[in-house]
Amino acid sequence: MMINSALPPGLILILGSLFLPALVGNARKTLMLLLPVLTMYFIWAVPDGVQLTVPFLDYTLEPLQGDKLSRLFATIFTLMAFVGGIFALNQKSQIELLSAYAYAGGAVGVAMSGDLVSVFIFWEFMAVASTLVIWSARTKESYRASMRYAIVHLFGGVILMIGVIGQIYHSGSVEFGAMKADSWWTWMLLAGFLINAGAPPFSAWLPDAYPSASWSGSVFLSAFTTKTAVYVLIRSFPGENVLIFVGLYMVFYGIIYALLENDMRRILAYSIINQVGFMVTGIGIGTDLALNGAAAHAFAHIIYKALLLMSAGAVMYEINKRKCTDLGGLYKAMPLTMICGTIGALAISGFPLTSGFTTKTMIASAAADQHIAYAWFLLEAASAGVFLHAGIKFPWFVFFQRAPGYVEREFGAKPKDPPFNMRLAMVIFAVMCVGLGVYPDPLYAILPNPVDFVPYTSTKVIHMLELLLFSGFAFFVLLKMMKRTLTITLDFDWFYRKFFNLLHEEFVVRHGGAAFAKFRLACLKRVDVIINHIFKHHGPHGILARTWPTGSMVLWVAILLGLYLLVYYI
Amino acid sequence: MSDQHDVHWLCRPTTIKKLWIVGIAILVLTVALELTIHPHPYFGIDGWFGFNAWFGFFSCAAMVLFAKLLGIFLKRKDTYYDD
Repeated sequence: MMINSALPPGLILILGSLFLPALVGNARKTLMLLLPVLTMYFIWAVPDGVQLTVPFLDYTLEPLQGDKLSRLFATIFTLMAFVGGIFALNQKSQIELLSAYAYAGGAVGVAMSGDLVSVFIFWEFMAVASTLVIWSARTKESYRASMRYAIVHLFGGVILMIGVIGQIYHSGSVEFGAMKADSWWTWMLLAGFLINAGAPPFSAWLPDAYPSASWSGSVFLSAFTTKTAVYVLIRSFPGENVLIFVGLYMVFYGIIYALLENDMRRILAYSIINQVGFMVTGIGIGTDLALNGAAAHAFAHIIYKALLLMSAGAVMYEINKRKCTDLGGLYKAMPLTMICGTIGALAISGFPLTSGFTTKTMIASAAADQHIAYAWFLLEAASAGVFLHAGIKFPWFVFFQRAPGYVEREFGAKPKDPPFNMRLAMVIFAVMCVGLGVYPDPLYAILPNPVDFVPYTSTKVIHMLELLLFSGFAFFVLLKMMKRTLTITLDFDWFYRKFFNLLHEEFVVRHGGAAFAKFRLACLKRVDVIINHIFKHHGPHGILARTWPTGSMVLWVAILLGLYLLVYYI
Repeated sequence: MSDQHDVHWLCRPTTIKKLWIVGIAILVLTVALELTIHPHPYFGIDGWFGFNAWFGFFSCAAMVLFAKLLGIFLKRKDTYYDD
């Protein structure tokens, strides 16, 4: 029996997450597993159409509506919370668990919202919760990265808000549906969505922030923000031509930067942008097949990217090292982690028999069907590039590259496969990667458009094998050029991390110097005086903060009334 | 005792040589398999024999070289942003 409920399923995760810090031990673990299961039940109990309306000003909000697209994304977000929860069962940071679950709830909320205002509210809620996830790694690096992350997302939120208000003002409705980028406000909406997708020029927030989270935090982070952006783009801007170009740029940006990167989790972060680029390109193509491809790819991507970050997280958990220059030869000490990581790497590359093959190929097929030659050739080259930067590079440098025993010798570490729950989470997602690759029909059945796509034809399989195996050949031929160095690669974030600082210092030295410092000190002193003054009167011992007897109040009222009478007669 | 038995079997030069031979055999096999299918090219050039093989190889080589070139200008020490 299905319970027909008008409660947005996202709220179950959000409200339930508040109880997590109150519980300990098995009670907390039980709740962590129970919340996503409950949420999943309610998602599938929501029938098609608007289920809940809330009046707001002159409009009617629809915080709960159901259709195939909403259910697909809500399902994968909840599944991610469930398996991510298993992986994070022994995470000690309560703030992280709370915020990760609330973050997942926000994503489910966005996916099931029927109007712009509800989408915006859940969207901003996610920004706050995800900032907390990063911050809860409790390192100086993660704190600073979380602040930069928050600033970029609040900026994106302001742009989105302007777009939302413009759209509501001009259309007179809060409806959230397909539109065209043909006015300044719809462009603002598109820009706000794209910032969260990791589109240029603000792509740098992602590889800056995600890898600084904890071993489990980055697993949650990889799933929700960019994929809710993919969801809202599928719903609101299908077939928007500019998205093809934005997507193709993201695809190659991800590959090139990942090739230059040394930090294993930053390699995976860049490859998120690369993968979302495929989806954004699919949305730009906009046919039924392309949109199905984007949605299916998002579904499969969440699973294999989480799997990859879990294997990276397991390495972090065991030896607390992230740089390829410090890693290698772990295949002997962490065999299961290596196998799961490699399955994730094959899936992201779209190897036949993995979920990447049955989903990502839809997008390239759509480009071919529409005879968009440049998109098809670039997507093919990019598919080869994915194998190069994520498919081989990640497992090679982390698990192979050196003879076993390297990290043991260098750092005195004793790596082994991680605890049972982490192994279980990796195995679940590894099985799903292969499962959806061998038997994609259950996924095809829940895609937004009817599916008429046959992934396994001998031509497709042989072509994909040729493309990927020769990319692998290129990797080993060019291995010397891929040697890792202790470097980072400058990106757009250089402007807000370095350039503006330099500019500021330049300005102060040339035109102010000592005078400016004096002025600043005087200002600070003035602020201090004001705060001290307020504290004196309103602080715990201040005259205005003490409890007054009723009698004195009556006396003062009498005096005031007397004065009033006096003034009145004068 | 620094002969081959100290080294993990996967790291021995003889194994690596064998892996290369097997790898190249697989590459040749996949291209040879193309003889068994009848491709339906969309754009002409993608129907050429072994298109995916050389296209994959050269686009990867191009991306690695481009990354290398970009690295000359944009690479910094990884302590660059640390105060």
